[in-house]
Amino acid sequence: MASLLARRLQAAGALALAALGTASCQRSTASERTVLLNRGSDTMINVAQAWAEEYAKVAPGVSVEVAGGGSGVGIAALIDGTVQIANSSRPMKPAEQEATRTARGADPVEHVTGYDALVVYVHAKNPVQSMTLEQLRDLFAEGGRISRWSDFGVRHDACPRDTIIRISRQSSSGTYDFFREAALDKHDFKLGTLELNGSKEVVELVAHTPCAIGYSGMGYATPGVKMLSLSREGGPPVAPTVQATLDRSYPIARPLYMYTVGQPEGETKRYLDWIHSPPGQRIVSAVGYVPLPASETGPVPAPPSPSEVHP
Amino acid sequence: MTEGAPGSIGFRRSWHSLAAERGIEALITVCGISAVILVGGIFFFVFREALPVLASPNFSLGEFLFSVEWYPTSVTDVRYGVLAMIVGTLAVTALAMAIAVPFGIGGAIYLSEFCGPKVRETLKVVIELLAAIPSVVWGFLGLTVVNQLLITVFDAAVGLNALNAGLLLALMSLPIIVSIGEDALKAVPDSYREAGIALGATRWQLVYRVLLPGARNGLLAAVLLGVGRAVGETMAVLMATGHAVQIPGGLLDPVRTLTANIASEMGEVSKDSEHYRVLFAIGVLLFGITFLVNLAADLVVRGVRRR
Repeated sequence: MASLLARRLQAAGALALAALGTASCQRSTASERTVLLNRGSDTMINVAQAWAEEYAKVAPGVSVEVAGGGSGVGIAALIDGTVQIANSSRPMKPAEQEATRTARGADPVEHVTGYDALVVYVHAKNPVQSMTLEQLRDLFAEGGRISRWSDFGVRHDACPRDTIIRISRQSSSGTYDFFREAALDKHDFKLGTLELNGSKEVVELVAHTPCAIGYSGMGYATPGVKMLSLSREGGPPVAPTVQATLDRSYPIARPLYMYTVGQPEGETKRYLDWIHSPPGQRIVSAVGYVPLPASETGPVPAPPSPSEVHP
Repeated sequence: MTEGAPGSIGFRRSWHSLAAERGIEALITVCGISAVILVGGIFFFVFREALPVLASPNFSLGEFLFSVEWYPTSVTDVRYGVLAMIVGTLAVTALAMAIAVPFGIGGAIYLSEFCGPKVRETLKVVIELLAAIPSVVWGFLGLTVVNQLLITVFDAAVGLNALNAGLLLALMSLPIIVSIGEDALKAVPDSYREAGIALGATRWQLVYRVLLPGARNGLLAAVLLGVGRAVGETMAVLMATGHAVQIPGGLLDPVRTLTANIASEMGEVSKDSEHYRVLFAIGVLLFGITFLVNLAADLVVRGVRRR
C-alpha cells in the first residue's frame, strides 16, 4: 500500500494534465465532446496511440488521450480516478486490486486486448538460432554459468571476443519484471547486465553490438536483429510467431491488458468493444503484436449514430 | 575602502546615506552567508531522508560501501551494495580528467599567451558554446556516434562503456577548465612576464617556469571545478556508460555511476520505502566524495602557499 503513495504523486501530475485537456476540449468545441483518458504501459504505447488515432475517424465525437509512464503508473492513475482506462503489460497485483476496491468502490475489470511474445534478440550475424529456457537462465540469471557464445557450441565471427553482452531494461520496467518472472524463474539478473531505458533502445543497441543479446516486445523487431526460438525443457524450439503466441507454445508470451473500474459503460464500453472488433484487432497486428483469436473477437460494432455522439 | 570615519576622507554624509550604507552592508553579509545556509540546508534535507535507513538495524554500512551487489527490487533477496558504482564514478571521472586536464590547461595557455586577440575572441565564443550544450545532447551523442566509433576503432564488444562516458565528460568539463585556467594565467602580473623576458627566457620557458607556478592555485581550482562537473554529471553518463553494475576490468567495460543510478531509479521508487531511503544515502555519499575532493584541494593549495 505504501508503494502507491509515490505513484499517486506521479498520478497527481497526470490529473492536472487531464483536467487541463478536458477543460480545453470543452472550451474549443461548440458541441459536447467526450474525452477518454488512457494511460500506462510503454510496451503498449504504440498500439494505444494507433487505436486512438483510428478511433477518431470512426467516432469523431470521442477523443482518446493516450499517455505512457509504465504499467504501474497507469494502474495508479486508474485507482486515483484520473483515467478511464489503464494499459498494462502485466496483470494487476492483488494489492492494486485491493486499492481499487478501497478507492473506487468497485473491482477492476481486466480486458485482454492482444498478445505480445517477449522476444530474445541477438545481432543479425549471430549464428545462434535457438535457446532453451534453461540456457537463457544460465545466461541472464545470477549464478548462471554461460558467459560466452562458444558455450552454445557456435563460432560467432562478428564477435571475436566471444563474451556475451547482456542487455536488459531498467529495474522499474514491467517488461523487466515479466522477464525475471517468466524466463528467469524469479532469479535476479547477473551483475554487469546493461540496463537501458526503453524497449526500442534495447533492440537498437543489439543491432549495433555484434556480441549482444537482449529482450523486448515483438513489435520492436528490426532488420538488424534476429529473433531467437525458445524451447521449454525437452521441447522443440518455438519461434515467436503469432500462432505460437496464441497457442501458448512460445514460452514467454503475455497478454496486453486494459483495465477499467467496474464493467465499462457508455463511450468507454463502445471504445473497448471497437478495440475487440476486427478493425481494432487489425491495428494490433499492424503495430507488430498478436491480435486476439477470432473466437475472442467481437462483431464489428455499428458506428454510433450522430444523436449518441452529440446528445 | 570604507575604513576610517566617514568625515576623515572628506565626504559629508547625511544620516540616511549612512543608514543605506549599513543596510547594504547587511544585505551583502546575508548574500555571503547564504551559501553556507544553502549547503547546510541541502545536506540536512538529504541526510534527513537517508537517516531512517542508515539507523535501521537491517542496514549494514559495511555492506552498503563494500559490496558490489545492487539488487534493490529483488523478489528473493534485496541487497544494497554500491561499491561498483563508487568505482564506476571514480573511473569515469579519472578518465575524463586524464583527457581534459592536458587539453584544458594547454588550451588555456594557448588562449592567454600564444594567440592573437581575434583568434582568442573567436575561440572563447566557441568554447562557451561547448559549455552551453545540454547534457542530454551529450548523452545522445554518446549513445549513437561515440558508441559506433568505439566499436569500429577499438573493436569494443559494446560501445556504451567507461571510455565513452570518459570522453563525453572530458568534453563537458573542458570549457570550465579552459576558461578558468585562462583567467588564472591572465591574473599572473605582467611584471613576471617582463622579468622573465628580460632574463632571456624563451616563450616556453616563460610558460613552464614562470606562469604555471604563478597561476598554480587558479589552475588547480580550474581542474577541481572540472572534477566536480564530471562527478556530478548525470544524464550523459546514464546514457553512455551502459548502466551496468560491475567493477570494470578495463576502459571498454560498461559501468554505472552513483548519479545515474539515482536518476534512473528515483522516478519509480515508492516514497519512504527502504529503496527510496537508500537512494538518499547514495546522495549523502556523493556529498561526502565532493567534500573530500574539495578538502584535498584545499590542503594542496595550503601546501603550495607554504612553500
